[in-house]
Amino acid sequence: MMDRRQFMTLASLAGAGALANPQVAGARVTPIATQARIVIVGAGAAGTALANRLVQRLDGAKITIIDPRREHLYQPGLSLVAAGLKPAGYVVSSTADWLPSGVTLIPDAVAAVDPETRKVSTTGGQSVDYDFLVLAPGLVLDHDAIEGFSLDMVGTNGIGALYAGPNYAARTWTAAAAFTETGGKGVFTRPATEMKCAGAPLKHTFLIDDIARRAGNSGKTEIVYAAHNDALFSVPIVSEKVRMLFADRGFATAYSHVLKSVDAEKKIATFTTPNGEQEMDYDYLHVIPPQRAPEFIRQSGLSWADRWTDQGWVEVDMHSLRHRRYPDIFALGDVAGVPKGKTAASVKFQVPVVEDHLVALIDGREGSASYAGYTSCPMITAIGRAMLVEFDYDNNLVPSFPGVIAPLEELWITWLMKSVALKATYNAMLRGRA
Amino acid sequence: MEEMTFGTMIAVAEEMFGRGLFWAMVAVSAIVTLAYIYVLIRDRSVNWRKFLLAQLSMPVGAVAAVVFVQAVTDSSLRDIGGPIDVILLLGIALVGAIGLAIVVYTAQSLIRGKSSVKDGVR
Repeated sequence: MMDRRQFMTLASLAGAGALANPQVAGARVTPIATQARIVIVGAGAAGTALANRLVQRLDGAKITIIDPRREHLYQPGLSLVAAGLKPAGYVVSSTADWLPSGVTLIPDAVAAVDPETRKVSTTGGQSVDYDFLVLAPGLVLDHDAIEGFSLDMVGTNGIGALYAGPNYAARTWTAAAAFTETGGKGVFTRPATEMKCAGAPLKHTFLIDDIARRAGNSGKTEIVYAAHNDALFSVPIVSEKVRMLFADRGFATAYSHVLKSVDAEKKIATFTTPNGEQEMDYDYLHVIPPQRAPEFIRQSGLSWADRWTDQGWVEVDMHSLRHRRYPDIFALGDVAGVPKGKTAASVKFQVPVVEDHLVALIDGREGSASYAGYTSCPMITAIGRAMLVEFDYDNNLVPSFPGVIAPLEELWITWLMKSVALKATYNAMLRGRA
Repeated sequence: MEEMTFGTMIAVAEEMFGRGLFWAMVAVSAIVTLAYIYVLIRDRSVNWRKFLLAQLSMPVGAVAAVVFVQAVTDSSLRDIGGPIDVILLLGIALVGAIGLAIVVYTAQSLIRGKSSVKDGVR
């Protein structure tokens, strides 16, 4: 008991650090009295964390949170589910359980936002007026964009798709596990759009290879990673490190290969490349579809007009996360149109920034907090080892433990953080306590 | 770069085990520590025979702590990747060793009572 307790405290220290941020200490101040109507779209990591923090900062605000999903998903756990390390239930909890009292939850999807009259309407026919709107609905996985692919294929015929949710992640493991036993050619893809946790396609590749290796089947497997451009990761120094690790593991890389279609019967994947379409046979194919903002964001005129035009992310200032045309609207998490930041660790840093600006606005001031693009990825490179990769908008590495935990080394301590402390830190963040 | 408050660490630890279990563990470790201090004050000396057994239990505690951590995290010694991992491993072993030694010493003192202090070397 003693051993466990003391170890866990140590591990939690490390985990808390990985997601720690400077605003936490200042959160406990006298609440500001207000009648403001605040609508938060989305009760995922960002929406829930913000709601829990706002109720501590504001007294009398009418906070409404709109989300149709009863289940809250701990998405950082999906990679572990898809490698057979955790059951599907590991990532699932109840949305309502995380929300503070005094907040109204409308279990409905948003149909449209009218930023001129400041009104949100839902698919169920409700209309909600707001003074301030925070958009945190997450993103949409566009599976239909992959020709010949449908989600019911996941888990059969060597097809995996771990992003699609806990049950699909579990089915992904069924297909991947078969591949680690029987061997063959494993093809691991990623989309050409912005995506949540760009490390996850790499993690899945490393994990499935490691599991085959442990089973003594590495001689039977061939691993191909299909990169969407000429890099393996958007941060150059990380991309180089991953390139070296791929060489060490004997992975082949197909650069500038974007999955276009799947023939599940013949087990052939077709890629769009600079040299036209290229076919590749496979025994295991991991599909990650293009990712876009929800339709209502684009239809409501909230997206960037000249950037990511096929994806529709919300047009926000990259440092304040405030809408560039509608100053009473903010965006958080996956839907925010910023260059990086589609991870839970980014949300951890973004939420206090929006909280600061929103509370300041209500108080008749201007906020001063700024988001520098912090994004973090415990990049698993084997069961038992990971690299703690943390970076910002400028592709700088911003290690939480400089000189102690080397960011580009495969370390056991980083794995311990990922497997033990990260979910606890995430949960503490949801409650507005970290 | 970042600030990590005590409150944050407590919050994370509570989430890790559940609030009840976490504080129960804190309570148990506090009770063991108090019991240890109690027997030290009561006996007014360290009983070296009991201390010997406690010392002998240390390697067991060290190995048990490491094995436990590896078991709950699907990892093994081959995952040690750098100096910080060695330091962490030794730290876990040290905590296990000292923890079990305190438990063994305290348990002996409480079970056998003060009389066995005569066995000791002052």
